Amino acid sequence: MENEKAFFDKLEQKGVSRRDFMKYCTFLTATMGLSSSFVPKVAEVFAAPKERPPVIWLHFGECTGCSEALLRSQYPYVDDLLLELLSMEYHETIMAAAGDQAEEQLHNAVKKYGGKFICIVEGAVATKFDGAYGKVGGKTFLQIAKDICPKAAAVIAMGTCAAYGGIQAAAPNPGGYVGVGEAIGIKTLNITGCPPNPLNFVGTIVNYLLLGKLPALDSLGRPLFAFGKTIHDQCQRRSHFENNEFVLEFGSKEAEMGYCLYKVGCKGPDTYNNCPTAKFNDGTSWPVQAGHPCIGCSEPAFWDKMTPFYEPS
Amino acid sequence: MRAVENAVNVTIPKNARIIRNLLHGAQFQHDHLVHFYHLHALDWVDIVSALKADPVKTAALSDNLSNASVGGAVYFKAVQQRLQTFVDSGQLGPFSNAYWGHPEYKLPPEANLMASAHYIEALKLQARTARLHAIFGGKNPHPQSLVVGGITSVNDLSPERIAEFLYLWKETQEFIKNVYIPDLLAVASFYKDWGAIGGTTNFMAWGEFPLTEKEPDSLFMPRGVIMKRDMAGVAMSQQEKVTEHVTHAWYEEGKARHPFEGETKPKHGDYQPGGKYSWFKAPRYDGVSCEVGPLARVLVAYAKGHAGIKALVDGTLKKLDIPVTALFSTLGRTAARGLETVAIGDAMEGWLNELIENVKNGDTKTYQSWTMPDKGMGYGLNDVPRGSLGHWIQIENKKIKNYQYVVPSTWNFGPRCEKGFRGPVEEALIGTPIADPKRPIEVLRTVHSFDPCVACGVHIIDPASNEVYKIRVT
Repeated sequence: MENEKAFFDKLEQKGVSRRDFMKYCTFLTATMGLSSSFVPKVAEVFAAPKERPPVIWLHFGECTGCSEALLRSQYPYVDDLLLELLSMEYHETIMAAAGDQAEEQLHNAVKKYGGKFICIVEGAVATKFDGAYGKVGGKTFLQIAKDICPKAAAVIAMGTCAAYGGIQAAAPNPGGYVGVGEAIGIKTLNITGCPPNPLNFVGTIVNYLLLGKLPALDSLGRPLFAFGKTIHDQCQRRSHFENNEFVLEFGSKEAEMGYCLYKVGCKGPDTYNNCPTAKFNDGTSWPVQAGHPCIGCSEPAFWDKMTPFYEPS
Repeated sequence: MRAVENAVNVTIPKNARIIRNLLHGAQFQHDHLVHFYHLHALDWVDIVSALKADPVKTAALSDNLSNASVGGAVYFKAVQQRLQTFVDSGQLGPFSNAYWGHPEYKLPPEANLMASAHYIEALKLQARTARLHAIFGGKNPHPQSLVVGGITSVNDLSPERIAEFLYLWKETQEFIKNVYIPDLLAVASFYKDWGAIGGTTNFMAWGEFPLTEKEPDSLFMPRGVIMKRDMAGVAMSQQEKVTEHVTHAWYEEGKARHPFEGETKPKHGDYQPGGKYSWFKAPRYDGVSCEVGPLARVLVAYAKGHAGIKALVDGTLKKLDIPVTALFSTLGRTAARGLETVAIGDAMEGWLNELIENVKNGDTKTYQSWTMPDKGMGYGLNDVPRGSLGHWIQIENKKIKNYQYVVPSTWNFGPRCEKGFRGPVEEALIGTPIADPKRPIEVLRTVHSFDPCVACGVHIIDPASNEVYKIRVT
């Protein structure tokens, strides 16, 4: 395929060999829970997308950490995501337009791609006082969500805030924050975490491009390929748990030995995510590897249910 | 973390201090790079004009100006082709509907192409730079190895992890010196008039990077305050002098309070220009507003005679042939951000060597145990990429009784105080020339130069028509 050759030539220029790329596709395919026969098809999605699916990314009550996480994507690097894979029609942080022109862009995109765009929501929606606690361009988050989300082909909640409310929703939740699905009564695909792993976002998008549909979900709306198992079940320190070898204090000999962090508060047994296998930042590490207990950040209401973070559940 | 450590009276071990400094230094490298290229550059660089550039001339310009490891006519032609393909697709994505072609864009097409190419290079690099956090912090964003008493990533004090850090640090710092700074100077040389626009009056820094246990004495970026642009009168800043006002903020009425006595009682309302109009409280130092951030830090360091900062600032002023007073501006703010990145990035090498020496000598202590007191009070004063960040905690019955923080964007973007005086960004915007009120790119330049951590509301009045335009800055 000519496109494919051009694509691999371009990759080579960037210092990424064909072998590296196929390795990544194999990893991604495995992450998505597909058989190895899908590897060439996954590669094709990156090499020759037929058309770039339009994306409208809405920011509500959040810290932009989920957007930042997406920027950390490697294979494909974010420039490929933005210039070649997706068409990011609206994203407040990275878009060049501002003010009225930004608003206009949002409305043009919704009009042009009605029923076809993927709506990605980052952040929770304030519901008390008609949503008065959060506004963009004079409209409440709640109004914006009601207006835009139902016109999308699919709504993806990127991060725990958009999915379940996150830190804004922590007790006593003065703004009445909830996830976007609950706020407007729709079902969302939830890629949770604080922030989520960009690999799980890319996996979801590739699934969509490849199979023309969103991946299978668990009862909390999360893709099973990433959220089908607990942290505990995939943890490299699991054998220490079985052997009754625990860290009882940070900085101890046991901590240096890499023992299990359950007794200093690890919420791995109650948390579903693929952190131990996917890891973060191109496989560099993940919190338990860095000696810190899992805080359960991909679960609903984790600020209330998983705290105190440093005491066993 | 520092506020709690102060309240429970624990001193963290040397390795923990160094690793925190390294993680934080990496945060500066990363944040400032992304701010310059991805959140600010397009206020000065017309990416559409890059399509008209001559790649051969662009290559010559690039060779002349920068030491970028990528370049040459073939490279710039490929970048231009990529942009052209993108434009031809009809899906402009994040570049849709911006102020392209605005007469206030002053760069020639070749400079626009060079900067656009580096926008893409920086987009890739920052993903690798972020790995610096993952090495000792588990992940980025939101690294997760910091605990009260030290850090948890003791297993990462290994030669291969340190080497991985060193390699990624070096790659980033080379880009900062060989690409970011030359690009900053090249762009600045076309916008020297911005050395007289967008300035403020008072500057405050808590300072950052403790090089020993002693704060503020050992801070690499010093603590200090400069009032009324009087550099000679630089003084030590003190947390006792901070108050927050709520007269013009959506909180229940109350007097100006020090953060230890701070209250957060939200009271939503509509936008009232003369009344309450912001979710930000209005922080004041000794009763007046202060700009915080790179410019404040660099001015304080310069005024205190910081050798590294002084050399960088003087060299830059000379290269651009502008006076020291030009620092008090939008241009000065954007330049200060780049210059402190160089200084902090260079210092990181020394910190890493110190860490290696420690580990070599068998010191792997990363945590100091502590006990939670029944009662306590503490504060932590930091300077993060966007500016001064203070946390104040009160502990009672081993629990948090009150916790308040005053963050950089609150200092810079806060509303008027109880006396009606403006905050730094409001002040900086006064007198900004606006060529076209419907496309106020000039406002974006100044607002973005503060690196806002908020989608903020800005209103502009056209004096000719007295028409109010609402402009949302993203």
